[in-house]
Amino acid sequence: MTSKLMKILVYLSAAFTFGMLGYLVIYILINGVRFLTPSLFAWNYSTSNVSMMPALMTTLMVVAGTLLIATPIGVFTGFYLVDYANRKNPIVKAIGMATDTLAGIPSIIYGLFGMLFFVIFLDFQFSLLAGILTVTIMSLPVIIRSTEEALIATGMPIRQASYALGAGKLRTLFKVVLPVAMPGILSGVILATGRIIGETAALMFTLGTATNLPGSLFASGRTLSLHMYILSQEGRHVNEAYATAVVLLVFVLVMNALSTLVSKRLAKGGK
Amino acid sequence: MLNQKIKVRDLKLWYGKFEALHGVDLDIYENEITAFIGPSGCGKSTLIKTLNRMNDLVENCRIEGTVELDGKDIYSKKVELNDLRKRVGMVFQQPNPFPKSIYDNIAFGPRTHGIKKKSDLDEIVERSLRQAAIWDEVKDYLDRNALSISGGQQQRICIARALAVEPDVLLMDEPTSALDPISTAKIEELVMELKKDYTIVMVTHNMQQASRISDRTAFFLNGDIIEQDLTRQLFTKPKEEQTENYISGRFG
Repeated sequence: MTSKLMKILVYLSAAFTFGMLGYLVIYILINGVRFLTPSLFAWNYSTSNVSMMPALMTTLMVVAGTLLIATPIGVFTGFYLVDYANRKNPIVKAIGMATDTLAGIPSIIYGLFGMLFFVIFLDFQFSLLAGILTVTIMSLPVIIRSTEEALIATGMPIRQASYALGAGKLRTLFKVVLPVAMPGILSGVILATGRIIGETAALMFTLGTATNLPGSLFASGRTLSLHMYILSQEGRHVNEAYATAVVLLVFVLVMNALSTLVSKRLAKGGK
Repeated sequence: MLNQKIKVRDLKLWYGKFEALHGVDLDIYENEITAFIGPSGCGKSTLIKTLNRMNDLVENCRIEGTVELDGKDIYSKKVELNDLRKRVGMVFQQPNPFPKSIYDNIAFGPRTHGIKKKSDLDEIVERSLRQAAIWDEVKDYLDRNALSISGGQQQRICIARALAVEPDVLLMDEPTSALDPISTAKIEELVMELKKDYTIVMVTHNMQQASRISDRTAFFLNGDIIEQDLTRQLFTKPKEEQTENYISGRFG
């Protein structure tokens, strides 16, 4: 009797979760797809044609720039914490705590910090650079944590095997541990990418909201989600905001599919 | 005739404040199988790890005393650690192949020590796999992931991997404890074959195994070597009472 009740409860919960996602996606698609006109992908934004192309390109730039800085720092920090640092050292504990705290801070606070430090103090103005640096700080904890977990999961035995063959630390880490940990590290990077794509609060006052493609690192721009936020906030282009949402959704789906594919490849290949 | 390979003198080892070995003396001879027996936690695995300095990886581990390989102190500052480990190979309790192809597993060691030529590597891979008596089973699947084969086969891959760097000494830390009886028999047979070319040190929980395959046995208890002798001698006429109690199954 109770097991039957449990079963119903479990199915209901699953249906609810799936239903919410389904409803969301369908709602966005119904309201967005019909406004998805070719003109929305024009290279230039104007008040009469609120093209999302510059925003799409800016999003790619922000993602690429951020990953370029955050991935090496994050991955190396993870390596340091797992394979070099002494776990009981107070400084190492402090780094761990800092990482966890950074991960839990609301993004608007990153935005405020980025504005005060990068935009005003370092005088970067609203710029691609200020935006990238701000979201870099934001995505670091995600990359560090997932690198750490992936490295710990590889375990001691394969390290021992490598050392016992006379391989040094660097060779062990790069040739033995890294390939095994790669899917985990990659999934962290992709999680971070997802956060960057969806970010608005941290970017609004650092990257700014300029409508056209930033011509340099010191020019302002807007990412897709920021573009969507502003369109719907202004209230004059709500339909185009829905169309943007469709593109954003597709973007995220493609990212997800890509990450599954890549990590499967890596897990299988493992040479 | 009997050539001494490893000489351990008054070796003390601490994990933090805990003294795991209290001044151990041990002699290991070339082309023999030396078995370490004793109950869990008696220091036999600890001692075997000092012979290729795997204990360097353990935090707060400190040693006193000397370990000599061919008359040279392996803890001397002059010793290049990676060269030492090339000369003293190790096989672990759990088979631990890399999640790579069988070929890349075997080739990892030689590549580490600078062998790059494909034809040389091919030769080493085949020779090592033949030595580990697994060539016939895997020769058509060299590009398969080493984790996809059975545990017993994995362990022989690990042995082949250790042999590929052409060590003098092969340390085996309970190499069969995670395996089924048939795989165990295969590995025992293999080890007896290998002693022609290598000096073998083997930790085992299994006294029958020690008496079946080893030439010499050292009996450990609570961080001391109670007795070491020819295996035949130690199992039939032990000198110490504790040894007799242990091998007759009164404790342990």
